[in-house]
Amino acid sequence: MRHFLIAAGLLSAGIAAAQDAPVLTVYTYDSFVSEWGPGPKVEAAFEAICTCDLRFVATGDGAELLSRLRLEGAATEADIVLGLDSNLTAAAAATGLFAPHALGMRDYDLPVVWDDPMFVPYDWGYFAFVHDKARLPDPPASFEALAASDVSIIIQDPRASTPGLGLLLWVKAAYPDRAAGIWEGLADNIVTVTPGWSESYGLFLQGEADMVLSYTTSPAYHLIAEGDDSKAAASFTEGHYLQIEVAGAIASTDVPDLADRFLAFMVSEEFQKVIPQTNWMYPAVTPPGGLPAGFDTLITPARALIYPPGEAARIRIEALTEWQTALSR
Amino acid sequence: MIGGRGGALIGLGVAGLILCLTLGTLAAVAWRAEAASGLGPADWAALRFTLLQAALSATVSAALAVPVARAFARRRFRGRGVLIALLGAPFILPVIVAVLGLLAVFGRSGLMNDALRALGLPEVSIYGLQGVLVAHVFLNLPLATRLVLQGWAAIPAERFRLAASLGLGPAEVGRFLERPMLRAVLPGAWVAVFVLCLTSFAVALTLGGGPAATTLELAIYQAFRFDFDLSRAALLAAVQFALCLAAAGLAAGVARPAGLGAGLDRPVDRRDAGSPWLRVQDGAVIAAASLFLLLPLAMVLLRGVPQLGALPGPVWEAAARSVAVALASTLLCVALALPLAIAAVDLRRGGRWLEAAGMLGLATSPLVLGTGLFVLLRPLVRPADLALPVTVLVNAVMALPFVLRALLPALRDLRAGYGRLAESLGLAGMARLRLLTLPRLRAPLGFGAGLAAALSMGDLGVIALFADQRTETLPLQLYRLMGAYRMDAAAGAAVLLLGLSLGLFRAFDRGGRGHAGP
Repeated sequence: MRHFLIAAGLLSAGIAAAQDAPVLTVYTYDSFVSEWGPGPKVEAAFEAICTCDLRFVATGDGAELLSRLRLEGAATEADIVLGLDSNLTAAAAATGLFAPHALGMRDYDLPVVWDDPMFVPYDWGYFAFVHDKARLPDPPASFEALAASDVSIIIQDPRASTPGLGLLLWVKAAYPDRAAGIWEGLADNIVTVTPGWSESYGLFLQGEADMVLSYTTSPAYHLIAEGDDSKAAASFTEGHYLQIEVAGAIASTDVPDLADRFLAFMVSEEFQKVIPQTNWMYPAVTPPGGLPAGFDTLITPARALIYPPGEAARIRIEALTEWQTALSR
Repeated sequence: MIGGRGGALIGLGVAGLILCLTLGTLAAVAWRAEAASGLGPADWAALRFTLLQAALSATVSAALAVPVARAFARRRFRGRGVLIALLGAPFILPVIVAVLGLLAVFGRSGLMNDALRALGLPEVSIYGLQGVLVAHVFLNLPLATRLVLQGWAAIPAERFRLAASLGLGPAEVGRFLERPMLRAVLPGAWVAVFVLCLTSFAVALTLGGGPAATTLELAIYQAFRFDFDLSRAALLAAVQFALCLAAAGLAAGVARPAGLGAGLDRPVDRRDAGSPWLRVQDGAVIAAASLFLLLPLAMVLLRGVPQLGALPGPVWEAAARSVAVALASTLLCVALALPLAIAAVDLRRGGRWLEAAGMLGLATSPLVLGTGLFVLLRPLVRPADLALPVTVLVNAVMALPFVLRALLPALRDLRAGYGRLAESLGLAGMARLRLLTLPRLRAPLGFGAGLAAALSMGDLGVIALFADQRTETLPLQLYRLMGAYRMDAAAGAAVLLLGLSLGLFRAFDRGGRGHAGP
């Protein structure tokens, strides 16, 4: 094993030395780099202009990304970390591993003002409950109506999933003082809680529940990619919680200029136009050509709910206890 | 001594390697932790639920495995081998595929509730402890049945002939032949299922219906992911280890060697089981087990087969990579298991400890193993460069307990039946391995290798921490398809995975079958 390790180490060193172009290593989540995600197109577009080698390293989802970074500490290979969401940026900033970006203040097409000195947004979306219009023609229009109804839902575990955590904060932001009561009311609507989004969505499509926790943009996938207009997201009067996905540069990077160029590229048209139909989210900067046809059919929440980064981390622990107590009965 | 002194040393070496990979990685995670922490009330609740569901799942699986295995042991019919192989399929399914298949039958809009609605009867909800049990029995009954069936196959044909010539009926055969065999085999099968269920989390949470169904493995996952509390993760993993060892110790205390002696491998003739009533009974048991295990699989196939033609290229590439990984880890697994099993049988005092060391792979949280390896290897080499070798190694260690389970009873019988003869002939070392041990172990080795290959095909294991775009395996691709809304393509990939796993299992298992007779 040891000889093997040494040999493998020498081999990778050899490969690295053989290539002259600087390497930009981007840590991101799994679905970003998949064949169907934005990764392949982004890589081709950036490499066409950067005379560099863009390498993605993927781990799980946003939360796992941060865990991995903390595991590696300052010795990390990452130059850029792409895929944290706004609920994680406070913890990410606290690692001290990130550097301020050089983009300055910009006008993003976000429902809220974004002025973080370290993290640059690349896309965003609202959490929402998605349903089948034929099976559920009149979806509930608020958490209270949902709790009072016998509509069944599938959600994700906030301890294991980013959207699950989003829902937790959504309920808390909508009902700061009586979130526990809302959860107790929802308990009999919840068919089950899954570890991740994929399991939930798979179960929903198989007919296990009337609604599933996902994004307002989910129906766009079915409409555009499958020509199926049967899915819709229910608009809630309390407003919808916002997820903003961001990237940041690592302070110890050996290619700081390249990292800055990548962040600038990330909010340019070339990158942004890929987002809607690969990540199925709203681009942070709407491309000049506008959004793809079909996105105009999506609901637009009246109110965007979001906690400031530091507060989200603090509220999470309290909200998690409420959630666990209400649903464990 | 089957393996001689050299064999014992190799066995000890293998046990050392496994200790490094399991307890060593746990220590690495604990060492990397920043502050010590204890278990909170939520962790204790998780511990209680974990123990409850694992004990119930193991007991139900082991109890059901006895009639199913007995029915298969007593009956010979066309397609029996194929049916037995097919019934093994749930065990090697990726968790999410198994869950979707089960829900297509038992879910809210599954076949069962459709039928109940049509009959005007109230619906039955699978979500809750009952769902966890149904799923764990579905996933593990195949393994328990196979382990018990191996026990039946190991009763020499001569014993049944003797029983027939003495005019013994089914009850006496049960008392004198089958019960001692079950006493030897069943505790091991129970422990295997118990420990497998200890580390379950996606199944337990999804079918358990909510946070009340939180297992230790989910708590470990949470500690890693959201809290980045490595010391809590390590502590929880240590608790998991302790439970596994306690269960293994308990089973070792209960199990007794069957002492049925060796035979000449003549065809088994079960005159005791010829009555029409027993035929009907066995037929009903086989039919019920087949329905329970095959219907969810059929639903997976029904959904996935039409998608097979449209699977994108990367899925096929990932499939080829997975087959290569599975073959390599099977080879490694057998190379590790054989000396370990031989040493465990040879060494009277240390044997139990070696056996326990081999079982550690089962109790290991893949997350802790992956993270520990990551912490250990990262200073030396880029993780992505090692993705496939690490996967091969980890899959081999994770599959080792199953191969051991298959080999150990056979090796013990071998020593009891042929040990003295071999020693009086001075048959030792490689000659003994080649002339006696390997030929006598063909069936369990083939079965074990088949299991190792199939498990390695389906296992996500640690690849997620190490993989990059060039090292994706088929299960990882399947999850990526699901993560990209492509549930139909994922269903196709699931069928491909199922087909490849079963194919590999069947190839090894058949290759190992050397028994004479029908």
